[in-house]
Amino acid sequence: MTKFNYTAKDFKSTAEVRWCPGCGDYAIMNAVQKTMADMDIAHKDFAVISGIGCSSRFPYYMSTYGFHTIHGRAAAIASGVKSANPALTVWVMTGDGDSLAIGGNHFIHLVRRNIDLNLVLFNNKIYGLTKGQYSPTTDRGMVTKTSPFGTIEDSFVPGQLVLGSRGTFFARAIDNNIKHTQEVLADAAQHKGTSVVEVLQNCVIFNDGIHEHISDPKFRAERQLFLKSGQPMIFGEQEDKGLILEKGKLKVVKIGENGITREDILVHEPKEDNLGLQVALINMALPEFPVAMGVIRSVEAPVYDQEMKKQIETVQAKRKITCMDDLLQSGNTWTVEGENCDEPVKFFNNKCFG
Amino acid sequence: MKNTKVIELEEVAIRFSGDSGDGMQLTGTLFSDTSALFGNDISTFPDYPSEIRAPQGTVAGVSGFQVQFGKNKITTPGDLAHVLVAMNPAALKANAAFLNPGASIIFDVDSFSGKNLEKAQYKTDDPFTELKLNDYSLIPVPITSLTKESLKDLELDNKSILRCKNMFALGLICWMFDRPLDYIEGFIQKKFGKKSPLVAEANLAVLHSGYNYGMNLQHMTPQYIVHPAPIEKGIYRNINGNNATAWGFIAAAEKAGLELFIGSYPITPATEVLQALAERKDLGVKSFQAEDEIAGICTTIGAAFAGHLAVTSTSGPGFALKSEALGLSVMAELPIVVVNVQRGGPSTGLPTKTEQSDLLQTLYGRNGESPVVVLAASTPSDCFYYAFLAAKIALERMVPVVLLTDGFLGNGSEPWRVPSMSELPSITPRKAKNPETYLPYNRNPETLAREWAIPGMEGFEHRIGGLEKNNAGGVNQDPENHQRNSEMRAAKVEKVVEMFPELEVTGDSEGDLLVVGWGGTYGHMISSVQSMQDAGKKVSLAHFNYIKPLPKNTAEVFSKFKKIVVCELNLGQFASYLRDKLPGFNYHQVNKMKGLPFSVNELVENFEKIMEA
Repeated sequence: MTKFNYTAKDFKSTAEVRWCPGCGDYAIMNAVQKTMADMDIAHKDFAVISGIGCSSRFPYYMSTYGFHTIHGRAAAIASGVKSANPALTVWVMTGDGDSLAIGGNHFIHLVRRNIDLNLVLFNNKIYGLTKGQYSPTTDRGMVTKTSPFGTIEDSFVPGQLVLGSRGTFFARAIDNNIKHTQEVLADAAQHKGTSVVEVLQNCVIFNDGIHEHISDPKFRAERQLFLKSGQPMIFGEQEDKGLILEKGKLKVVKIGENGITREDILVHEPKEDNLGLQVALINMALPEFPVAMGVIRSVEAPVYDQEMKKQIETVQAKRKITCMDDLLQSGNTWTVEGENCDEPVKFFNNKCFG
Repeated sequence: MKNTKVIELEEVAIRFSGDSGDGMQLTGTLFSDTSALFGNDISTFPDYPSEIRAPQGTVAGVSGFQVQFGKNKITTPGDLAHVLVAMNPAALKANAAFLNPGASIIFDVDSFSGKNLEKAQYKTDDPFTELKLNDYSLIPVPITSLTKESLKDLELDNKSILRCKNMFALGLICWMFDRPLDYIEGFIQKKFGKKSPLVAEANLAVLHSGYNYGMNLQHMTPQYIVHPAPIEKGIYRNINGNNATAWGFIAAAEKAGLELFIGSYPITPATEVLQALAERKDLGVKSFQAEDEIAGICTTIGAAFAGHLAVTSTSGPGFALKSEALGLSVMAELPIVVVNVQRGGPSTGLPTKTEQSDLLQTLYGRNGESPVVVLAASTPSDCFYYAFLAAKIALERMVPVVLLTDGFLGNGSEPWRVPSMSELPSITPRKAKNPETYLPYNRNPETLAREWAIPGMEGFEHRIGGLEKNNAGGVNQDPENHQRNSEMRAAKVEKVVEMFPELEVTGDSEGDLLVVGWGGTYGHMISSVQSMQDAGKKVSLAHFNYIKPLPKNTAEVFSKFKKIVVCELNLGQFASYLRDKLPGFNYHQVNKMKGLPFSVNELVENFEKIMEA
């Protein structure tokens, strides 16, 4: 039984969507709207916050409360929204430039505090809105408008940054697989704490095909490992490949070869606090490994906005000062009532308007 | 008592001075509180180095605390001290220039030894002659050895014993000014009593030794009597500007029926505003210590979007970092208050010293046409009222407001008659009521203020942002629309003038010289103007609390005087603003950039020169 019977359409605004034709953002927006409809939470209780960049236009296309803010600051502004009103369901829409470059500091501190909101990181490895400069996730050596001879710096792996910031939830999805993106977003929405979902997103104009070697549906089963909680890490067209740990390192093996059976394959436990293995999964890259998709880490930890609320309630349960008048007259005060004393004049009558 | 020198005074300024680890701030604060409880009016001025512990015994490491108290209204901590307590030769050197001629100097004779003289870089072994202080009333007291002597029966290590020295000085000063010790005793018991009874016992013993030393050696220490001041009836407390600011916001939230949120980042000298609010979980205050100055204001903007009274506190460098986000609150038209407790700049500048040099940054320091309302508090206690008013304006006019205070106000304290909440005006946030007609940027035709609908309110869902927008909050970059909106945002700020009282003049409404000041210099300004008025000069004071917009009658006030002089702790920022807003007057200037407040004497000298010219 659902309370609201929303469909994805209930979350679309009347504003004209102005992303480039073929942009990966359309698919991600559809997945988000479908996820929100399925959450069965009152429409009025959603707030969608973004920074600056192509993906950050997102709030204008939603029919919920929305705030399109300034470059890099969505995480900080959303932190204020959620701390002020923990009853809201807050989503942050952001990109690799917005969250990992100019907003890097807010991003890591949001994750560290574990504020209960959902952050969707659109990773297209390029600055799109400014027309094609390299971003903090651009691969070393890539030629862009600001790296005409190739970049000379290594990129962030977003999941590493999240786990390094004590992140409690990290998942990965890809724009051309809407069904899977929806499943991952639904898990993110369920999680109590900061959920970061990295969506590999294609920029058709400035970085077309950057994820194609991963996303190509023809090779999906071979090149993507769909992680499921409690399930063995198996992939491949024939479901015949899997991951094992050998000498502390991940290794791809073939089931049935060298005595390997399904029982030997690692079982995915995102709810276990196993940072080492989870980082290893995040780091997996073609061609040696498939790319890990799905919820990689989802652990429980105290949630900032709830802790803030709880602390106030705890202090208030034993409080002596219950209102401003109590506070004004608390502590070291003294009374003046001599014969020479004047009657008091209210400050705002004396100095200000009546 | 025949040997006792008893001196009756109207007002006295005392300066406590020692190493930054000697506890001089605490000593000064305890004495100030005691004097306020006694019924004196007081004004205090902590003056400390930006290093937490600069090298011991050096002039750079000297920490001072000046308090003036008296039987009349006290408006400044005093230009020059009547009594100096110097715990070491460096303290004497650092403060010699701030003494009244003939002042009493109580010094720890034990510390005036070769090594300490060397550290303070004296050229001779006679510091008093070297500093030309021989005619002063020198009171050598073996503070260190007497402190040790009083504690010889307690099982305390040497370091802990030496930490009690400040209590000896405090006890002695209390005797000299006939102050009861009960408040200080209570404080010591409360602070150490439970945790370390031995430390409490030691501090109490030394405090009494100091007091008794004064009594027993009264032939050499003068005793002063300063009677209580006649003031308004009521309940009083001592408050500094930062606490008053914090409390003003709590009062405003309660009046407005909203929750209070502060997002902020520690920065001298504004940190105490955040601390004072973090303490008030009992009143439901949500405090968010952000990762940086930018996140401080951004969380604040987020909380305002979510329907809280949202404030942030900072000082000059932090205000610079907040400027882009402040522009967002101008564009989105969200009600936030930013407090800038100004300090010496530019860059890191003089973090612990006072200045008024952020005025132009506040008025103009953002990209685009980005008008905000600017208020300035003028005494430590009126920070409460201007913080309250800043919140009222923000909430009723849907506009960001910047409140300027400064290090002098923020750290300085004075007795304050506490109001009851019923004395404060109402605050009516502009909450949207009708979802049928609601558009986020529909405006009240009188005030141009928009309505506030917050997430969670059914039927009011809308989108806003930093892009130029239409009435529905959607993006609109049409030329005519941007022109209209830019003018609208400016006009909205100008219309706040209707909420302001007229500019008041202290003294006659016409005369030879109008002294103009703004913000935290009020105490020194009023003292200097009054002293000239007492001398029969036709001088009046117009002190500004409302900077943008300016009070309506400003030009009319200015037009009644032959000369106008604008005094400020910068190189002429308010003067240049006045030249822009009210051209046609000739503005003389008095400016000071020493990290210190004005002194009454220097102001009077400058005014006399301008009048004679």
